[in-house]
Amino acid sequence: MSSWIDYTVNGLIIGNIYALLAVGLALIFGVSRLINFAHGSVYVVGAYAGFLAVTYLDAPLPVTIGIVVVVGALLGLGIERFGLRPLQGHAHIAPLLATIGISFVLDQLVQLFFKPDPRALPSTLLDQRFQIGSGTIGALDLVIAAIGLLSAGLLYYFLRYTRLGWAVRATAQDRDAAQQMGVDVDAVHRTVFAIASGLGAVSGVLVGMYYNYIDPAMSFQATLKGVVAQVVGGMGNVPGAIAGSLLLGLVESYGIALFGTSYRNLFAFVLLIVVLVLRPNGLFAGRRRAPPEPLTGTFIAPSKPINLPPSALLGAAAVAALVPLMIPSPYVLQVLTNSWLYALLGLSLTLIAGTVGLVSLGHAALLAIGGYASALLTLNAGVPVGAAILSAGLITAFLGTVLVFPSFRLRGHYLSIATLAIGEIVSLVILNWEWLTRGPIGVSGIPSLSLFGFELDTDRSVYWFTLAVMVILAAVQFRLLGSHLGRVFRAVRDDDVAARSYGIRLDRYKALAFAFGSFAAGVSGGITSHIYSYINHETFNAQLSILALTIVILGGMGNVTGAIVGSVLLVGLPEVFRVAAEYRVLIYGLVLLLLVRFRPQGIMGTL
Amino acid sequence: MSALLEVRGLTRRFGGLTAVDAVDLDLGEHEFVSIIGPNGAGKTTLFNLVTGLDDPDAGRVRLAGHDVTGFSPEKLAALGVARTFQHGRVFANLSVLDNILVGAHVRFKSVRPAWPAPLSLIEPLAELALALVRPGAVKAEEARMREEALAILARFGDRLLPRKDNPAYSLSYANRRRVEIGRALALGPRLLMLDEPTAGMNQTETAEMQALIGDLKKSGLTILLIEHKLDMVMQLSDRVIVMDEGHVIANGKPAEVRNDPKVIEAYLGHHRADRPPVEEAAE
Repeated sequence: MSSWIDYTVNGLIIGNIYALLAVGLALIFGVSRLINFAHGSVYVVGAYAGFLAVTYLDAPLPVTIGIVVVVGALLGLGIERFGLRPLQGHAHIAPLLATIGISFVLDQLVQLFFKPDPRALPSTLLDQRFQIGSGTIGALDLVIAAIGLLSAGLLYYFLRYTRLGWAVRATAQDRDAAQQMGVDVDAVHRTVFAIASGLGAVSGVLVGMYYNYIDPAMSFQATLKGVVAQVVGGMGNVPGAIAGSLLLGLVESYGIALFGTSYRNLFAFVLLIVVLVLRPNGLFAGRRRAPPEPLTGTFIAPSKPINLPPSALLGAAAVAALVPLMIPSPYVLQVLTNSWLYALLGLSLTLIAGTVGLVSLGHAALLAIGGYASALLTLNAGVPVGAAILSAGLITAFLGTVLVFPSFRLRGHYLSIATLAIGEIVSLVILNWEWLTRGPIGVSGIPSLSLFGFELDTDRSVYWFTLAVMVILAAVQFRLLGSHLGRVFRAVRDDDVAARSYGIRLDRYKALAFAFGSFAAGVSGGITSHIYSYINHETFNAQLSILALTIVILGGMGNVTGAIVGSVLLVGLPEVFRVAAEYRVLIYGLVLLLLVRFRPQGIMGTL
Repeated sequence: MSALLEVRGLTRRFGGLTAVDAVDLDLGEHEFVSIIGPNGAGKTTLFNLVTGLDDPDAGRVRLAGHDVTGFSPEKLAALGVARTFQHGRVFANLSVLDNILVGAHVRFKSVRPAWPAPLSLIEPLAELALALVRPGAVKAEEARMREEALAILARFGDRLLPRKDNPAYSLSYANRRRVEIGRALALGPRLLMLDEPTAGMNQTETAEMQALIGDLKKSGLTILLIEHKLDMVMQLSDRVIVMDEGHVIANGKPAEVRNDPKVIEAYLGHHRADRPPVEEAAE
């Protein structure tokens, strides 16, 4: 019994911390209709600012929190000024992608300065615990609760009784009307980002103290938790965000009590998907008819795509096929093989995010499904490698489509969040479904590539195999885009309402595009698993999803050759120049940020 | 004359506002009916209800004698209902020709097999396979549809044909409206619903559009038109329905409706009711 009280207290405290994150996200969504994916990075920066204050300045708790708030608020101002304000008037999804880029850059910078290893963040004076009934509550718990309540109170006062607070609320209700009435919308944005980021940073330091543990990788999870809480409470709804956070904290805490720690995030993301699909406006919203804005999420910048004639494409493929004869360096061949594997992923995502407009942020999950399917088929069922890879493609097409199908009714940002959550769910299922996937140990001893009984045991043969698969799938995709389906997919993307009015069943064509695209991703994952010979639940992580998105934006959304070019540039070039791994992610983030801002149509143009 | 479209007691409420209030409407085969009324009268909402984009709170819609209330827009399109949109909804990144071809989507039969129940599950896969393999029938169908699409574009003179490969976003506003009408024609409609086809057009363009719609009428199409330009409405319509605040306040021949004091009051406002009706300024 006492443990239940502990779990409840724990859930509420964690919920309180999520609330500090989610309230900021809700404020930002309220005024700018943006899901700020850099929020977790602010949280990490806050945690490290707190770490510096405690370790080097020996600052007492109030001073530490003061410093953290200031650092967070300044960072928020910077993100707003340099990352987002220049994107006003761009496609709705552009600022969202920009915040993803910003978060990559910030996380990587933190990692470069502080090393990726976790650190302890001692909570100095707060180790005491008090007996309450049959449970206990720690001094830090009380501090967290107090900070949560105080922030909520201040925020309420600010929004309710100050002119700037009114301006914030006015902007949230109708940005244009507020501007017409003389509200300085830019000032509102600055204020909101400063407040949100200040709260987010405090959340980071409190989590660090609560677990006595910080590391740069907490960023992504923090963003996700904040987003989950916000979606549960209703996007842009501040009180809803608090309620959603407490609910999420409790669900997680009880979930851990019942099933164990490794299920913790699974509950969060399943909750997210259920709420998104059944109550997309949040649990507390009235039965509103539709989201306040259409939030169409396509990221298609009008452009004149560069159309290479078939002869040029064939020539390029021939040159690529001759590379092993001209440059026998195994290193170059491995790098290019890797590029072709990413190109397969790019082909998949450029069809799904570009051609049919479903901006997927969880695409690495398809690689994971394909990788595990092929590895387990060969190991457990003795299927030959070639057949296993093909089956992996088909399994991925089927499973991927089934998993994402309920989310097809969502639009824009909501769909992107759903795919992100599905990606996390896949990874967590792989981690927890031990009898099938071997859980955290991963799958080792995966047989190397072979085809019809011939071992592909040289770098050359692996290169040719991968290139051939990639070229064949690219050619098929070209043919698909040239058929009536290419037209129909793009119509669905450009205007789903008009498409329906002309007899196009959205679910059917979204599923068709998703299945087709997932096949290529599954094949890529399958081949990868045989090349690596070992995979685990982190082999295909969320960073890969964002890398894939950067590849297709760089190439030009929907553009088949663009996906290949983007992959060679983004995966191949850094290798050739031997850029250290930690700088590579930094480069990906910067490339994404600069593309969204300056060349949203990519290199080859959108289709 | 048998009614192609029968609307009975159709009602749609948004919160406290009843946008469409117990509307009855009949449209005979080959008839041309216009719906007029001030902004906010519920005309477009009525269109949305009839075309399945919105669900009514009460009332029935019958198409050629079959109850189609609450049918999805996809299904209604397959039954031959085509519409244009008030604010223009072309597929911005598709070429003009592709926009028209999407309009013909429901008429693609060879590449979109329709199979009975258990097999219908794999219909999409069959469609994918046919699209990739492209047997003769599929190729021929695509070629035929292309020909037809070009013929439709030719109806707009040299407005669209020279621009057939340009993306729709690069077109002028008037041309986008033309593309929308072309797309609707490509569906081969039994019932064509036009929502303010001349909005945002100048006088020459309006006259051109009026001539085109007149031709469509002559060809025997059944047309339901929402329009503010009364001259055009009066010249084209067999019958005019006037809506105000969700109700039908008048229904009759153009000449009858024109002189109905209720109509003049609703349409032009109280203070102008004593003046003769004049054409509303173009929006």
